[in-house]
Amino acid sequence: MTSAADPLAPPLLDIRDLHVKVGGQEVLRGISLVVRAGEVHAIMGPNGSGKSTLAHVLAGRPGYEIVSGSASFEGRDLFALAPEQRARAGLFLGFQYPVEIPGVNNAYLLKAAVNAARRERGLAELDAFEFLSVVRTKIRLMQIDESFLSRGVNEGFSGGEKKRNEILQLLVLEPKLALLDETDSGLDIDALKLVANGINSLRAAERAIVLVTHYQRMLDFVVPDYVHVLARGRIARSGDRTLALELEKRGYDWIGEQAAA
Amino acid sequence: MSTPDIDALVNRSYRHGFVTDIESDTVPPGLDESVVRLISHKKHEPQFLLDWRLRALAHWQRMREPHWAHLRYQPIDYDAISYYSAPKQNKDGPKSLADVDPKLLATYEKLGVPLHERARLAGVAVDAVFDSVSVATTFKERLSAAGVIFCPFSEAVQKHPALLERYLGSVVPYTDNFYATLNSAVFTDGSFVYVPPGVRCPMELSTYFRINAANTGQFERTLIIADEGAYVSYLEGCTAPMRDENQLHAAVVELIALDDAQIKYSTVQNWYPGDEQGRGGIYNFVTKRGECRGRNARISWTQVETGSAITWKYPSCILRGENSVGEFYSVATTNNYQQADTGTKMIHIGANTRSTIVSKGISAGHGQNAYRGLVKILPSAIGARNFTQCDSLLMGKHSGAHTFPYIEVRNPTATVEHEASTSRISEEQLFYCLQRGIGAEDAVNMIVSGFCRTVFKELPMEFAVEAQNLLAVSLEGAVG
Repeated sequence: MTSAADPLAPPLLDIRDLHVKVGGQEVLRGISLVVRAGEVHAIMGPNGSGKSTLAHVLAGRPGYEIVSGSASFEGRDLFALAPEQRARAGLFLGFQYPVEIPGVNNAYLLKAAVNAARRERGLAELDAFEFLSVVRTKIRLMQIDESFLSRGVNEGFSGGEKKRNEILQLLVLEPKLALLDETDSGLDIDALKLVANGINSLRAAERAIVLVTHYQRMLDFVVPDYVHVLARGRIARSGDRTLALELEKRGYDWIGEQAAA
Repeated sequence: MSTPDIDALVNRSYRHGFVTDIESDTVPPGLDESVVRLISHKKHEPQFLLDWRLRALAHWQRMREPHWAHLRYQPIDYDAISYYSAPKQNKDGPKSLADVDPKLLATYEKLGVPLHERARLAGVAVDAVFDSVSVATTFKERLSAAGVIFCPFSEAVQKHPALLERYLGSVVPYTDNFYATLNSAVFTDGSFVYVPPGVRCPMELSTYFRINAANTGQFERTLIIADEGAYVSYLEGCTAPMRDENQLHAAVVELIALDDAQIKYSTVQNWYPGDEQGRGGIYNFVTKRGECRGRNARISWTQVETGSAITWKYPSCILRGENSVGEFYSVATTNNYQQADTGTKMIHIGANTRSTIVSKGISAGHGQNAYRGLVKILPSAIGARNFTQCDSLLMGKHSGAHTFPYIEVRNPTATVEHEASTSRISEEQLFYCLQRGIGAEDAVNMIVSGFCRTVFKELPMEFAVEAQNLLAVSLEGAVG
C-alpha cells in the first residue's frame, strides 16, 4: 500500500451507515466509509449505484433526504453545516457537469471562492494582484490559456475545458478533501493525463482525494490506495487497486450478483 | 375670455393665493391657469415660455391618463397635488445623522456612499453638513473654460433664453403624452446643458450633479444639446435612496445631438420602491427622448432602474441624421410589489441609421417587469439596422416577466434582429457557487451581475461598481 496516511490519525471523513432517499426512493442504503488524510480512494460502480449521490450528499446539494446515519468531517457533523460552510472547511466537489454562469468572470468567481476560504481560516484576503500570481502558476500546470480567466464561468467551454477548469479550481483552493465526480468522463487521453497530473500534484499527507468513476482508465494515472465498488446503494466490495483491474476484466455484473446475494 | 380678463383673474388669485403662499411657499392643491401663471411668474420667465406652458395646460386638460401599460395602481388624484412648492427648507427633516433611520444609514454603508454625502441624501439640512460651494465653483470654472453651459433649468431661462426657445419641446412636444404635457405646464426646474461645436465636455457631468441636484422636484425638466462634433456624458441620479415626499414624478428629458455629436446619458434610479407589502413608493412616469438631428450623431441611453413602486419609462431615439446611431442599455429590477413597464423606441428616419437595444429585466418577490419596445423603420431609412436583445431573469415563484416588442419595417433594405430569453437562477448555478464557499446572497448577486454585465459595462467605471452594489441591496432577501 502506497498510503501516506497515518492509520492512527483521526479520520478526515467518517461516514457511518448512511441511508439517503431521493424522491422517496432509497438510493444509499447503509454506506460506511473512513477516509484519512493522505489517502486516495476510488469509488466505482455501475450507473445508478449511488456513487454520484454520495458525492453530492456530502457536499450538501439540496434534494436529498438523509434518512439515517452520519458523516463527520474532521470530527464535525457534516450534515449540520451549510454547503458553503462545508466548502470553506475544505471540502471540494469537482462536478461531472460544471454549470455555465454567463457573464460571471471565471477569475472573479475563483477569487471569491479563495477569499471565502481564507476568511474562514482567519487569513487576510488576497488582492487581485496576489490572486493572479497564484493562479498563473496553476494555469500553466493545466495548460490553460490566460484568456480563460476572463471568460464567463464555463461559458461556451468545451467538455474538456470545463473539466480542466474544475481541476484548476481544485489546485487553487487546495482543499483538505477533494471529491471528484466522474472528472474523467468525456476526456480524450491527452486531457485525461493533464487532469490526472493536476490531481497527482495535489497528493499530500494532509489531503485526501476521492475519485468517483465509472471506468478504471483514470486509475492508471491517479493510482488509488483503496477501491470501493458500489452496487445498489451499498459498498459491495473494497480492496486495493487490483480490484479496479478485476472489474475491468469482469464487469460490474459480477459485483452486482454478489451484492444481491 | 379676453386677455385683460385673464390677467385680472390671475392677479386676483395672485392676491389671494400667491401672497399668502409666500409664507408657506406652496400653492393649494389643484391645477388651473392661475397656478401655471404663478409658476412662470415666480421664475421670471419670458413670455414665450409662459405661452408654451399655457398651451400645454390647455392641451392636458383635454387628455386622459393612459392605461395601456402593464401596471396596476390606485388612481392618481391630480387635484390633490400641489403644483408649486419652493425648495424645502428641511424644517421637518432630521437635524443630524443621529436622527436618521438607522436602516437607511445601513443601506448607505452597503452602497459605499461617501460619508459627507450621506447626510444630504438622508435629508439633513445641507448647509449644516458640508460646504459644497467651493467644490461646485471649481467644476463650474472648468466647464465654462471649455465653453460648456451646465446650469439649473431656471437659470438657463434667464441667461440663455434663445437656446431654450429654439430647442425646448423640439424633441418632446408639449402635446406628446399625458405626463409630458403635464410636465410642460408645471415643471419647476431641472438641468440644462449646452456643449458648443467641437467641444468634448472635460468631465462626466456626475459629481457636480450629485452635489447640486437635491430637491429638483417632482416635475423635472432636462434639456441637453450637443452641438456639431461635441461630446458629453451625463449621469443622472444616485444609487442611494432619496428622501422624497412626492409620490408622483413626471420628468421630461430631451436630448439633441447635431452633426457628429455624441451624448451618453446614464441613469441610476433608486427612488423609494415602497415597503415589503407594496405600500408607499414613488410613481415614476418619465418621458425621455433624444434626437440624432445631424449626420453621424450618436445617442446612448444606459439605465439601471431599481427604485420606484411604478416605473413607466421609455428612453427613445429619433434617428433622423444619416448614419446616426441610437443605443439603449437597460437593467430594470423589481422586487416585493414593484412594477416596471419600461423599454425604448428607436425611430429610424435617416439612411444607414443603426440602433442597439439590450434590455435585462430582473423580477423577484411579487415584482412585475415588462419590456415594451418599438423599432420603427421609416421608408426613408435605407439600409437601417437594429439589433435587440431582451432577457428576463425570474427569481421566486410569484414574480413575472413580460415582453411587448413592436417592430414596424417600411423599408425592404432594413435589417432587424430580435433575440429574447427568459430564465431563472438555476439551483445548479447557486449550488455551484455555494460549493465553492460563496454564500447564498453573494452567489445570487454574482449571478445577477453576470446577467447584467453587457449593460454594466456601458456605465462609466465608478458608476458600474455602484450599480452592482445597488442591485445587491435591492435584491436583498430575494433568495430562498
